[in-house]
Amino acid sequence: MSPSVPLQEMIRAIRSARTQCEERGVIQRECAAIRAQFRQTDNGGRSHNLAKLLYVHMLGYPAHFGQMECVRMIASPRYSEKRVGYLGAMMLLDEKQDASLLITNSIKNDLSHSNQYVQSLALCTLACMGSAEMCRDLAPEIDRLLRSSNSYIKKKAALCAVHIVRKVHDLGELFVPSARSLLSEKNHGVLHGAVVLITELCERSPETLERFRKTVPDLVQIMKGLVISGYSPDHDVAGVSDPFLQVRILRLLRILGRNNEAASDAMNDLLAQVATNTDSTKTVGNAVLYETVLTVLDIKSESGLRVLAVNILGRFLLNNDRNIRYIAMTSLQKIVSTDHNAVQRHRGTIVDCLKDQDASVKRRALELSLALVSASNIRSMMKELLIFLSSCPPELRAQAASGIFNAAERYAPSKRWHIDTILHVLTTAGGDVRDETVPNLIQLITNTSELHCYTVHKLYRALFTDISQQPLVQVACWCIGEYGDLLLKGECQETEAVQVTEDDVLDALEIVLQSHMSTPTTRGFALTATMKLSTRITDNVDRIRSIVSIYGSCIDVELQQRAVEYNALFKKYDHMRAAVLERMPVIQKNSLGQTNGELSEEPMKESQPGKVKQEETALPPQPAGQVVDLLDLLGGSQEPLQPGSSVGGSASTQLTAAPSSAGGDLLDLLGGFEPTPLAPAPTVTVYEKNGVTLTLSCEQQSESGLTVTLTASNSTDSDISGFTLQAAVPKSVQLQMRAPSRDSLPAHGGAKLTQLVVLNNPNKVNLKMRIRVSYTCQGSVVQDMVQVDSFPGL
Amino acid sequence: MLRFILRFLLLFNRQGKLRLQKWFVPTSDRERKKVIRDMIMLVLPRQPRTCNFLRWKDLKIVYKRYASLYFCAGLEEQDNELLALEVLHRYVELLDKYFGNVCELDIIFNFEKAYFILDEFLMGGEVLETSKFAVNVSMEQADTLQEMMGVCCRI
Repeated sequence: MSPSVPLQEMIRAIRSARTQCEERGVIQRECAAIRAQFRQTDNGGRSHNLAKLLYVHMLGYPAHFGQMECVRMIASPRYSEKRVGYLGAMMLLDEKQDASLLITNSIKNDLSHSNQYVQSLALCTLACMGSAEMCRDLAPEIDRLLRSSNSYIKKKAALCAVHIVRKVHDLGELFVPSARSLLSEKNHGVLHGAVVLITELCERSPETLERFRKTVPDLVQIMKGLVISGYSPDHDVAGVSDPFLQVRILRLLRILGRNNEAASDAMNDLLAQVATNTDSTKTVGNAVLYETVLTVLDIKSESGLRVLAVNILGRFLLNNDRNIRYIAMTSLQKIVSTDHNAVQRHRGTIVDCLKDQDASVKRRALELSLALVSASNIRSMMKELLIFLSSCPPELRAQAASGIFNAAERYAPSKRWHIDTILHVLTTAGGDVRDETVPNLIQLITNTSELHCYTVHKLYRALFTDISQQPLVQVACWCIGEYGDLLLKGECQETEAVQVTEDDVLDALEIVLQSHMSTPTTRGFALTATMKLSTRITDNVDRIRSIVSIYGSCIDVELQQRAVEYNALFKKYDHMRAAVLERMPVIQKNSLGQTNGELSEEPMKESQPGKVKQEETALPPQPAGQVVDLLDLLGGSQEPLQPGSSVGGSASTQLTAAPSSAGGDLLDLLGGFEPTPLAPAPTVTVYEKNGVTLTLSCEQQSESGLTVTLTASNSTDSDISGFTLQAAVPKSVQLQMRAPSRDSLPAHGGAKLTQLVVLNNPNKVNLKMRIRVSYTCQGSVVQDMVQVDSFPGL
Repeated sequence: MLRFILRFLLLFNRQGKLRLQKWFVPTSDRERKKVIRDMIMLVLPRQPRTCNFLRWKDLKIVYKRYASLYFCAGLEEQDNELLALEVLHRYVELLDKYFGNVCELDIIFNFEKAYFILDEFLMGGEVLETSKFAVNVSMEQADTLQEMMGVCCRI
């Protein structure tokens, strides 16, 4: 075995390796030598060997075979070996390794060593990787060291205690008395450690927090001393005296002053003093100011102080240093909801930051600008935001677009402005908008009947400018299909009318259909639009017919299906065509939102707040582009549930007001307070409509178990097929639906359908069930819902 | 509600070679490698004169370039980034005082000293000693003790 070279030579050898392979070779040789050396008994170069191994480890090579050597070195009497051994332990061992347990004893011994540097090694290592057991074991020793007279040891013991408290929360109690007494230290290191320790203790336990509130005057004194003291070369950083300690004290004050008037009052003057006296030309002063601002905004400060704090942030916004601007915006973001007016004052600067070069600053500025949009500044803000959107980096586009949409929706001063804004966004960033933008926009357009002419003209023009922006093209096609007649009339009040012929319009749609840039969805829109025009134009119906029949053999299945259906509409159902393709009704925003959110297919076992919320925000109906639903006319099939008249109203407002909590509790809210009269008869008819009858009977199986039998029959003249029942129950009730006996109901009550529902009601809540009935009769789908509040026999 | 000021401190050069790694939270080897990789990928492409703060997962990353070395620290959500910059700067000053006009080579060939200095300045992710002189004095005395190579007397 070649003798191992000292550390620095090895490093040189590794660095001079020209390739990765060569380096690996050198390292392998060295590691082999090191391993051999470890096996030998004590020689002078042990610390060198371990140091070499640690270097190799830092380069990313495995070094676990050094763990035991660390343990041995730590136990060595030589300081040089201990030093490297402890370093190795901190680098190679963590609390999960078994070897770490082996050093506990060494640490224990070294904690009471006569030499403070040995003690410090032990303290440092314990604070770095001490496991919970080690901490429990050694906590009393640390407490003892906290009371020693040696400042060097005390400050290390303080931070070691912090680590112990983080690992084993209960041990915090042990350190409270010592921590308290450390506050009267003069040594900054010890003081800093004490403040950190107290902060940690207060955050872990509210009782301790209460006790330490009494120290607020002391802390204020210390802080004052730092702020107004003269130059102290030992701790000065660019004119600020010990900024590290200042920041920690401010943070502790924040925790002590939170939610407590008295404490907040006591620190009021101090905070004002720090805020005004700290030099803000260098980063270090700004660091202290920043912490001061955070503290002021978090405690119960008086309004003057709050204004001062926000003004500091405003000054930060004008600072040349990007970091400071970034910090300012992050903080303003946090308070924009609570101190909205104060932040509004700095709106101009924030908007200017949108033009900053730095991407992080831009992002923050965007978030903040969006938060600052209000009814009074919507027009000017939107101008800025739209400018930003046209030049913003791609990763921010989606966020900007959706933020603009939200703002426009909330504060649009006029419908026309709203539509214009959305169109503008679609033309600039059409590729980055979310999917529900298209239906949202369509709904908006439908509801603004006075602007149909204007809208369709604008969209028609936009279509020719840029055919690649899919959302825009989709909306344009939809509008042309819907309002093509207005386009052809050739007159418009709000904007210059285009003079187009029917052929021009159909040309436009055909271009969309054939363009390579159109997605299948867009093509679908275009095809449907073409079809709709067949009732709105007079001359070129044949052309439409031929377009539609061409697509009957299209490769895309969706298009093919549509084309075939439209063909059928031309041929077999021509008498229905006009009715089917007539103007869309104005969409009721609220009712659809509720229906979408109320119904659920399965029993609502866990609350689905996300789901309900999403459906409420994505309020629009299925757009007409999805042809299959043309016949399932919106609003006709699903009736919103009206349980008891007294409760129903409040329940529906609760639904719209608190979507996030409504999910799972919908059924608990509805009708939960009406007394349930016991029905004497064992079976009860729960639904009777259009000749379909549904009866319910139930049987108590056990303490909480219940079997409900639903029976359906059909007394009409025609058969019913595809009969399905779905049921929902309150949250805590478990439901299991057995397979139904059949799925069709022959006419004249030829056969009945039964379905068993097994319920388990362990919490004995008021049992309610909502049943959705769905079936097909004479070719049309019928859906209905019924709520059962009382169960016979219960 | 854990509130470490620092989760980790990394030093690496423009070629992505790691020169120092200090972890203030228990982190497995695999996680460490991942963090190192991510930090290098996040920080190296940054343009000069951009913001020194980044967001990564749930952490704030503060970095500063000194000559050929990047000093990169990971902070908790509630921490004061400006102060973290000061912490990094203070460490550089300490290294500078100890090595005299410190450069990357010093940290390569004397990496264990760099760690020892760090351990006199930070502990458990918190600032341990706020005075530059005190740190230097401790280092000198500890070095003297080491050079003596003597057997320390036990109690």
